[in-house]
Amino acid sequence: MSAGGRIPNWADVTLVPLVSVVLAFILSGILIWAIGESPWAAVKLMVEGAFGSSYGWGYTLYYATNFIFTGLAVAVAFQARLFNIGGEGQALLGGLGVALVCLYIPWPHWSLALLAACAGAAAFGALWALIPGYLQARRGSHIVITTIMFNFIAASLLGYVLVNVLRPQGSQDPSSPRFAAEVALPKLHEMLALVGIPFSRVPPVNISLLIAVGMCFAVWFLLWRTRLGYQIRAFGESEPAAEYAGISPARITIYVMLISGALAGLMAVNSVMGEQQRLVLNAVEGAGFIGIAVALMGRNHPFGVFLAAILFGFLYQGGAELALWTSIPRELIVVIQALVILFTGALDNMVRIPIARLFALRGAR
Amino acid sequence: MSQTQTPQMRQDTAASDIPAIELRGICKAFGPVQANKNISIRVRRGTIHGIVGENGAGKSTLMSILYGFYRADAGEILINGRPTDIPDSLSAIRAGIGMVFQHFKLVENFTVLENVILGAEGSALLRPSLAKARGLLKDLAREFELNVDPDALIENLSVGHQQRVEILKALYREADILILDEPTGVLTPSEADHLFRILRGLKEQGKTIILITHKLREIMDVTDDVSVMRRGEMVATRVTAQTSPTELAELMVGRKVLLRVEKTPATPGDDVLRVQSLRLVDGQGVERLRGLDFTLRAGEILGIAGVAGNGQSELLEVLAGLRPATGQAWLRGAVLPLSGPGADAQTRRAQAVAHVPEDRHRRGLVLNFHAWENTALGYHNDPAYNPTPWKMDNDAIIRDTSAKMAAFDVRPPDPQLKASGFSGGNQQKIVLAREIEHAPDVLLVGQPTRGVDIGAIEFIHQRLIRLRDAGAAILLVSVELDEIMALSDRIVVMFDGRIMGERLPEKTNAQELGLLMAGMA
Repeated sequence: MSAGGRIPNWADVTLVPLVSVVLAFILSGILIWAIGESPWAAVKLMVEGAFGSSYGWGYTLYYATNFIFTGLAVAVAFQARLFNIGGEGQALLGGLGVALVCLYIPWPHWSLALLAACAGAAAFGALWALIPGYLQARRGSHIVITTIMFNFIAASLLGYVLVNVLRPQGSQDPSSPRFAAEVALPKLHEMLALVGIPFSRVPPVNISLLIAVGMCFAVWFLLWRTRLGYQIRAFGESEPAAEYAGISPARITIYVMLISGALAGLMAVNSVMGEQQRLVLNAVEGAGFIGIAVALMGRNHPFGVFLAAILFGFLYQGGAELALWTSIPRELIVVIQALVILFTGALDNMVRIPIARLFALRGAR
Repeated sequence: MSQTQTPQMRQDTAASDIPAIELRGICKAFGPVQANKNISIRVRRGTIHGIVGENGAGKSTLMSILYGFYRADAGEILINGRPTDIPDSLSAIRAGIGMVFQHFKLVENFTVLENVILGAEGSALLRPSLAKARGLLKDLAREFELNVDPDALIENLSVGHQQRVEILKALYREADILILDEPTGVLTPSEADHLFRILRGLKEQGKTIILITHKLREIMDVTDDVSVMRRGEMVATRVTAQTSPTELAELMVGRKVLLRVEKTPATPGDDVLRVQSLRLVDGQGVERLRGLDFTLRAGEILGIAGVAGNGQSELLEVLAGLRPATGQAWLRGAVLPLSGPGADAQTRRAQAVAHVPEDRHRRGLVLNFHAWENTALGYHNDPAYNPTPWKMDNDAIIRDTSAKMAAFDVRPPDPQLKASGFSGGNQQKIVLAREIEHAPDVLLVGQPTRGVDIGAIEFIHQRLIRLRDAGAAILLVSVELDEIMALSDRIVVMFDGRIMGERLPEKTNAQELGLLMAGMA
């Protein structure tokens, strides 16, 4: 019985984020106008660049795939009220897992390699999240602090491994050798060609997209259809009640961090195995942090994460087009993204309360 | 509404006076919920005016409007006959209104004096106001038995003394009208008596006092007039001397209620739970339980009486497997571990020890969960809910919840409604249905009717008796002495982590138990 009243569930998950995004775009438009460019032209360019061609769609979906994985990672952890900021580091380690699997085992076929790479990515990501999880569960070290620190440790560790272990002799590039051609993942255009749909060959979007979509369903099933998911949500909503129910907070914390880390790690299958075909220094490119925004905007629900990931994929791809064809600096794209995050995350109540009032008015009539 | 009646004014001089407070047609809505509907009330100057009503009847909302926390949607407030606008609590204080909240608003590590002047320091330097407050405190202590050590830290004071500090704060701000919200909930009977002596003294000095309570005995003891609220409406105002607890209870609930619980004498069976020299030291190194010994038998209700905070909560949590302790315990003759493996909540449930926790909002329910999800809380490993190792059978839980809701008359009987959407009584019924319907051998139950309306109290008491008659052993912890007296077959009184004594309800009375509760044996 808060003063704001209640919002129907559908409005909470669709209307509120939608209005927030629109507001963010309006403000971005004003910014673009203020630096002397036409907001309409910018919007047109972004939408056309991201959705106007199969080329644009391909890149949008490629980015979205990354964001689905990292977004799910944050969302799962947040269901237990654990703020996993370490998606970046966990994805980096996931990349290492993928690289080791692809480099040192001769795979006869990509499908087997994909399964093994998924296992490797998930295992390495999970392991990297396990340590902060354990420290939180048993030592009370705050997960936000430890996961942030583990991002730096992961970056340093990866730098060391790439320079000293994986770098081919004589190469001056701190990256692993290219993977064998057998472990190249089928791209979306190859898959669509099977059903006779033409699609651009350029963008790196690949079969990992399907894994990402599958993970959305898997996470939804885990959270709302299994006993473990029930315990995770109970623990997240109320720790004293979970204790009362005999749910061990330490065990749930560790399980959740394992799952979250595994999901973040899986991102590397898309970027390392699907696109770069080798492990490079900055394989994650900030997708771990974008995952936080994606989860925030997706209301920590797997289907919300899916939609938010598409939106951020659009911002990435459309933003790249904008930087390419106009004098709008690339930094402004970051500003637009930040505005979206600001409105959907931090200023949530600014939109929610007026909407709640509207519904209360309608209900009273 | 039209049922509102003005009290039959007594033929004394005060009757001709303008009322200290008059509310005219106050309305307040929160979204679709009408918390106050057209409330009118006159509080005579120099009287103690009681306001009774069930939880959610709108008493607190009305007082919050009077104290400036909420603004009324419609209506008028007259203080001493003058229409007064009260947009915030500062205006309320200026109008001479002081409020003593149910949950004290004191700075724990400040002294009494510092708390009294807090927000009314008067000048940049503290010394003058401290001196003024010290003088005032001395006067008040002499006049009204309001004695508290001005230099004591709040955290070292008993609850009763802390409450006196709240009253002193209001008096320091020259309040003429004092509102007390459920002031006796945390007091021992003797502390409550002392409080009432203070209130009578203040009344004689011409102060006007509004006493909000749900305890009819207090209304009868101390008030001059009483107003009854029900579902946001003021249904009646009576002169206390001309009414009876039965009439007030009927007005509160809107129908006839049983104030006594009907039960047959217990037929206790074997010892089910035995506890010996149970000790618990908390995280701060304070000994909360100092060696408890007792036995709980099948088919009886053992009531644990005591003022809140004397170890009862800890006892429940230890027995429920929620915190480790030292000592020995036996369940049905077998050793019951009090710490380490086997001393956890899951194991206890598997051993047919059910627990209705004291704080249903914090522990007993996940407020953001649907009713059906709450029905599985603690029983989520139940094979009936888990036909396969992976998938939980949500439909089975929903069906089971519907059945339990029907059996316990939960309203609305909607398993998909979130727990936060039910009233206090119905939330408690959801918890009780979950714990009782698993047919436990032992039921640990804390404050079963706290924040529950009278209609539901009756129902909950009947269910506990029925469970007892079915042969379960029930350990009842309650700070409501009336409840302990009405339900228990044996009563144990706890004070400061110790058992002060055991009594039979038919051979004791509230005075004797009150002395034990205060540690005076």
